[in-house]
Amino acid sequence: MTEAAIHVEGQQSSLHIHAHEAHAPGATQAVGQQHPIKLYLIVWGWLFVLSACSYLVDYFGIHGHLRWSLILLFMILKAGLIVAVFMHMAWERLALAYAILLPPALVLVFVAIMVFESDYTHLLRIVFFAPTA
Amino acid sequence: MAETALTNVGASPALLPGWRGIAADWSSDQRAFKNVSWGKAMMWIFLLSDTFIFSCFLLSYMTARMSTTVPWPNPSEVFALNIGGAHIPLILIAIMTFILISSSGTMAMAVNFGYRRDRIRTAALMLATAAFGATFVGMQAFEWTKLIMEGVRPWGNPWGAPQFGASFFMITGFHGTHVTIGVIFLIAIARKVWRGDFDVERRGFFTSRKGNYEIVEITGLYWHFVDLVWVFIFAFFYLW
Repeated sequence: MTEAAIHVEGQQSSLHIHAHEAHAPGATQAVGQQHPIKLYLIVWGWLFVLSACSYLVDYFGIHGHLRWSLILLFMILKAGLIVAVFMHMAWERLALAYAILLPPALVLVFVAIMVFESDYTHLLRIVFFAPTA
Repeated sequence: MAETALTNVGASPALLPGWRGIAADWSSDQRAFKNVSWGKAMMWIFLLSDTFIFSCFLLSYMTARMSTTVPWPNPSEVFALNIGGAHIPLILIAIMTFILISSSGTMAMAVNFGYRRDRIRTAALMLATAAFGATFVGMQAFEWTKLIMEGVRPWGNPWGAPQFGASFFMITGFHGTHVTIGVIFLIAIARKVWRGDFDVERRGFFTSRKGNYEIVEITGLYWHFVDLVWVFIFAFFYLW
């Protein structure tokens, strides 16, 4: 009985997959996340370009605010491409995307707290632990 | 039958778009993630928790670097290499970055071929990904060896703020561990793909559930996450 049920299930799922393959291109809510290989190659190329750019920031010794903003820009673009395309978040339902992508945004609050905290520690160290000249 | 109900993601109820969809999904009965299997949802939730772990490491590094009165060692110089007489800053880290990005590319294509049920190409691409990952770990071992020989310790180093070593070993060590686990995970799943487990729906030895090619995507999620973490480590630790 169980064996028979399994057999039927197996057939159904293979039928299901064939039906899915038939109209896979362009399907946004695709069951099996089927996207053209070309898209991955383009994203791959962009990731190489962006990594090269962020390396060049260091290679040419750009300093100050320009350096930090360029590093952050390339970092965010790379992270966005990886999450959206390679990890398929762009095609997931918003219920999942928001559940996963919103909580890390709260880390920024933590960053803000620690920036204040380390400024304060730094000040105390300068005031009380400065090497006596 | 129960397991098809959990794994079959095709038959979902009418789904609403946008904010209404979010409200409807989250307030609905039994499942919030309507067209996502339990395996994929669990991997995403694990990755979210891992995000917080790496965030805490990078935050503690930021705090150490911002609060120290001693100058921070210049990573551009610390990680420079002499290749053929030329002194190239940060070159090893740049190569490691390109290797990890390449591995993400091969992984993305492995997922694609998996859903096309092309098991030979899927397994080959997964093994290529694992090889890139192993190369990355090897280069990291070289980097660690070089720094330890130069006198970097978790409590001090020859160039400046003593917290440099602790931050470096903690952050890159934890990331390297993730890469190593990923390589093992990739090889294990590639073996199953190669053997055709997901074509004949062979049952797993531990869970005795029938596997399918979605596990390739789930492995891929983990692998891309490792690459994603490296993007942040590269920006904040090596370039900043």
